[in-house]
Amino acid sequence: MIGESMYQELILEHYKHPQGRGLRDPYDAEVHHVNPTCGDEVTLRVKVADGGKVLDVSYDGQGCSISQAAASVLHELATGSTVEESLSVVEEFTRLMQGRGQVDPDEDVLGDAVAFAGVAKFPARVKCALLAWMAYKDALMRSQG
Amino acid sequence: MSAPGFDVERIRKDFPVLGRELPGGRSLVYLDSGNSSQKPTQVVETMRDHLTWHYGNVGRALHVLGSESTEAYEAARDKIAAFVKAPSRDEIVFTKNASEALNLVAYAFGNPVGEDERFRIGPGDEIVISEMEHHSNIVPWQLLAQRTGATLRWFPVTDEGRLDIDGLDELVNERTKIVSITHQSNVLGTVNSVSPIVARVREVGALMMLDASQSVPHQPVDVTELGVDFVAFTGHKMVGPSGIGVLWGRRELLDAMPPFLGGGEMIEAVWMDHSTYAPVPHKFEAGTPPIVEAIGLGAAADYLTAVGMDQIKAHEKELVAYALEALPEVPGLRIIGPRTPIARGGTISFTLEGIHPHDVGQILDDVYGIAVRVGHHCARPLHLRFGIPATTRASFYLYNTTAEIDALVRGLHHVQKVFG
Repeated sequence: MIGESMYQELILEHYKHPQGRGLRDPYDAEVHHVNPTCGDEVTLRVKVADGGKVLDVSYDGQGCSISQAAASVLHELATGSTVEESLSVVEEFTRLMQGRGQVDPDEDVLGDAVAFAGVAKFPARVKCALLAWMAYKDALMRSQG
Repeated sequence: MSAPGFDVERIRKDFPVLGRELPGGRSLVYLDSGNSSQKPTQVVETMRDHLTWHYGNVGRALHVLGSESTEAYEAARDKIAAFVKAPSRDEIVFTKNASEALNLVAYAFGNPVGEDERFRIGPGDEIVISEMEHHSNIVPWQLLAQRTGATLRWFPVTDEGRLDIDGLDELVNERTKIVSITHQSNVLGTVNSVSPIVARVREVGALMMLDASQSVPHQPVDVTELGVDFVAFTGHKMVGPSGIGVLWGRRELLDAMPPFLGGGEMIEAVWMDHSTYAPVPHKFEAGTPPIVEAIGLGAAADYLTAVGMDQIKAHEKELVAYALEALPEVPGLRIIGPRTPIARGGTISFTLEGIHPHDVGQILDDVYGIAVRVGHHCARPLHLRFGIPATTRASFYLYNTTAEIDALVRGLHHVQKVFG
């Protein structure tokens, strides 16, 4: 039952009831990222206030439960935080995902995203989990540029 | 109920991995042979024996080991020639895989080194492929079109997953230089009828190539009977090792083609400013070839021949008929490809409504030890044609059983419970 431990209840919950899904206006930057090996894709927009507060992360896409749930969790964590705070979450999430299951996640930083810890043991699925998060990082850079 | 004399349980004993226990105590249900097949002990032992006792370089070493290796390597060529009924052993070129075989032929076109009219190509000329091709039978032709200004065209695919040849006479015309299509689709399972296309190709004086990577392992293939000019296939899908593939081509065409890779053993004589080349097949086998892999492939051909290609075909037909009955019981399951076991092989791709194939494959593997392939199976244009990003694919071979198909159906029901 290795697989079902990867599919944590929280992940399935976000997959079945995605938070903040749908592309919204206004936005500062829009990016489109794909995972060429499996065809997962995400279009993601960010809206940042002058003070550096993330006002909205909106997204649309298709893909497996991991990629879609990761986008939903990202929306919840990033919206309302500052650019700086959210980037530190992205950094910790990336470290966790690329840690081959050997990394002890910092739950205080990650919040709900810690549910993805099990995914790190499946190299083929890490890219699914990171898809929206990498898109978010890219969109932030473009919005600042 | 199986073909007379065909004993799947006996065959399974030749593939020890099929009895392997996976982590967590799961047993293995291997339904991914369209991706790569498992290897019988006979192939592994032949390779081990050669590496242990007979290994030397081929074609150039004069000592005992060198001649034993050369003899075994060339004997493998004889076995492959016999396996696909090639008129001459010299028409069998060993390559790295089917992709290399396809690239080798594409490279012969529009190549200034070659002078043969049949391989001359430029703006206004046409290359014809199909919408159901594996990327390896698409990209080499795209590259050829880009290099030469020729136009790439393709046969469409019907909703049932058959090749649509209604427009054959327009699509293949006096401008066509080469038609290259798959013999059996790696996604749909469809076995294409080659003869009407060959007939048209002959009328217009073009050449024809078949990607037989999915057919040579599963049914008797006679290259002469097919009537085409080139056939590509690969070792690892036919119980042989990876790293070895085959190009069969008509001798006079292979003679007329320029070399592909330059290097050792493909030459006749070399000066500082030019070279002359070895006769085929060696002209196309530059450098030290995959010696033990070729020998392993020869053993694979022996193995399949001993079981009987007709028997294997009949067994797979039974499996696919069984699966085509059983799979639609799963709610929301849509088969992409022919739903009748006629002119189709033992490969079934499907979608489950609302559930991504990656999730399907992960649960099947982690909970039931069922190995399937998920994704676009290196045939993205075909998936675009059906408006889907990916499918789950179960592919059967001589060692699979109906009990394994039952396990797949049970697994799919469970997948639906998790994501439903």
